[in-house]
Amino acid sequence: MTRFASAFSKGPVLVTFITGGDGDTAANLDALVAGGADVIELGMPFTDPMADGPAIQAANLRSLAKGTTTADLFAIAADFRSRHPDTPLVLMGYANPMTIRGAEWFAAECAKAGFDGVICVDIPSEEDAELGPALRAAGVDLIRLATPTTDAARLPDVLSGASGFLYYVSVAGITGQQQAAQASIEDAVARLKAATDLPVAVGFGVRTPEQAAAIARVADGVVVGSALIDIIAEHGDAAAPHVEAFTRTLADAIHGAKEIAA
Amino acid sequence: MTETTTLPNSFRTGPDERGHFGQFGGRYVAETLMPLILDLERHYRAAQADPAFKAEFDYLLKHYVGRPSPLWFAERLTDHLGGAKIYLKREDLNHTGAHKINNCIGQILLAKRMGKTKIIAETGAGQHGVATATVAALFGLPCTIFMGAVDVARQQPNVFRMKLLGAEVVAVESGAKTLKDAMNEALRHWVANVHDTFYIIGTVAGPHPYPELVRDFQSVIGDEAKAQILEAEGRLPDMLIAPVGGGSNAIGLFHPFLDDAEVEIVGVEAAGEGLDGKHAASLAGGRPGILHGNKTYLLQDEDGQITEAHSISAGLDYPGIGPEHSWLHDIGRVRYEPVTDAEALASFQKLTKLEGIIPALESAHAIAAAERIAPTLGKDKIIIVNCSGRGDKDIFTVAEALGVAL
Repeated sequence: MTRFASAFSKGPVLVTFITGGDGDTAANLDALVAGGADVIELGMPFTDPMADGPAIQAANLRSLAKGTTTADLFAIAADFRSRHPDTPLVLMGYANPMTIRGAEWFAAECAKAGFDGVICVDIPSEEDAELGPALRAAGVDLIRLATPTTDAARLPDVLSGASGFLYYVSVAGITGQQQAAQASIEDAVARLKAATDLPVAVGFGVRTPEQAAAIARVADGVVVGSALIDIIAEHGDAAAPHVEAFTRTLADAIHGAKEIAA
Repeated sequence: MTETTTLPNSFRTGPDERGHFGQFGGRYVAETLMPLILDLERHYRAAQADPAFKAEFDYLLKHYVGRPSPLWFAERLTDHLGGAKIYLKREDLNHTGAHKINNCIGQILLAKRMGKTKIIAETGAGQHGVATATVAALFGLPCTIFMGAVDVARQQPNVFRMKLLGAEVVAVESGAKTLKDAMNEALRHWVANVHDTFYIIGTVAGPHPYPELVRDFQSVIGDEAKAQILEAEGRLPDMLIAPVGGGSNAIGLFHPFLDDAEVEIVGVEAAGEGLDGKHAASLAGGRPGILHGNKTYLLQDEDGQITEAHSISAGLDYPGIGPEHSWLHDIGRVRYEPVTDAEALASFQKLTKLEGIIPALESAHAIAAAERIAPTLGKDKIIIVNCSGRGDKDIFTVAEALGVAL
């Protein structure tokens, strides 16, 4: 069983996102696990994060200003994997840093570092050849994004070649801004689950345990990013205890939602 | 037989159905935007097949923009250089003072066809912003222009023009606060407002079908130039020269001539302080990568982080280039040469004094290349240079560079 399958088999999961190289990343990753995060997305910093709101934009620039390189990011991941053999780890970012040395090189490095999956924001299914075949050959899941604008006609293309889980971007917009109405999330998740056996995780604009619990009642996972990034921005290198405490409130809400649902 | 060893029968058939020029171009956008990009392409195909669309486009270009723009024989510049005859394609004489308006007319007609009620655009120097605000005013649509905060500060006259035209100007504070950041912010706004908003991209870049449709709207430049030179000289030119930032004026001039093998074509990149220093020459100093929806040559470091471009010309100050130029560069149909800030500044003054034409600093880069090349060619040779815009907007920059206090 893959790490993803194992994580999602336990019920609704907490997926957390932080930007690699922003703050004390190793300590923050440990704090996420200690706080109860089930899946971790590590952001690959990029100079031009077009799909991100102000919080994650700033995290990208803070990381790059400290000199974070692609090699640093893979080292962070490999260290994490040695400490946490069971937690699924996803690399999330933009096409250019992922493809600049060639897709095969990137896929091999991801596998070597212990990444289970990759989310690339700006490679839609139309451009799958850019990264998809190399990742699949290396045994790394390509996690696709579905959005409120993904209509029924497109959905099969989006799902083709997708693995690991499906990430539902619940808002047509950028990260960390407004939250979607619960009813629209429920409709979308039902539509997606009718079309795929992959677990569906919902993200964008989720900031509170209450929102997370509500989504967890209908989805397989809830993604929280900007709210964690805000904590790291506030506390800098001393953020880990705060990250852990906030993660625990989210994890308790999501894992508790499972029991209510059951 | 492989693609890489065989030149195409025509250089004018691209892009392919997925928006690729060779390995360049494509649609590298977030999933949220993909359905809209596909919808835009469907509407563009329908517009291409609709004679009424072309008729309205042509009407506006003639009666609103003032086309055709003249092809001016620059006799004093020619005599001064002592070589090939130099003709200037006078895009500076268009309404709003540059080629940018051609594309804006085409795109706002598309926006209207698609039922979009709001217009957004990015701008660097402000020329595309002014042209977009102009057509938005003409069509009565609300318009928001994203402009880097640094550019807002150094291009105040254009900011004021846009506001007079009724546009809202958003000063973008993210990243380096210049053109690429303005484009990021426009994309962020678009992704949150796809249902009612049309994004008028200002150059032959971005996701397919933008590079194709912007090229098509700008090709009026080359179509006119071809007819005009045939009338004036009875033959095609020996060479075309145009400045290239994103490359919309250049592709507009070049595209109708791409299959005329006897016409040599030269694109001019901004070499800034020199290729060893800060510059904006994506082909000379960059390598292929993915940014802003397309694969193309980009200024970047070894990790694929985008590096800052520099040019004295704000319109060339972008770390990428249109994907069709990247392809034309790789297959060798167009030669791209660098011109520095200092060379452009000298040519700006020279053209002004010799011809009574104040060129945009962008266009001055092409003039500088012509000054370099014309003396090496015989007097029986003909060069067409794209005078893509007028230089009134640049007088403050030039004054500062020359140490003149206004």
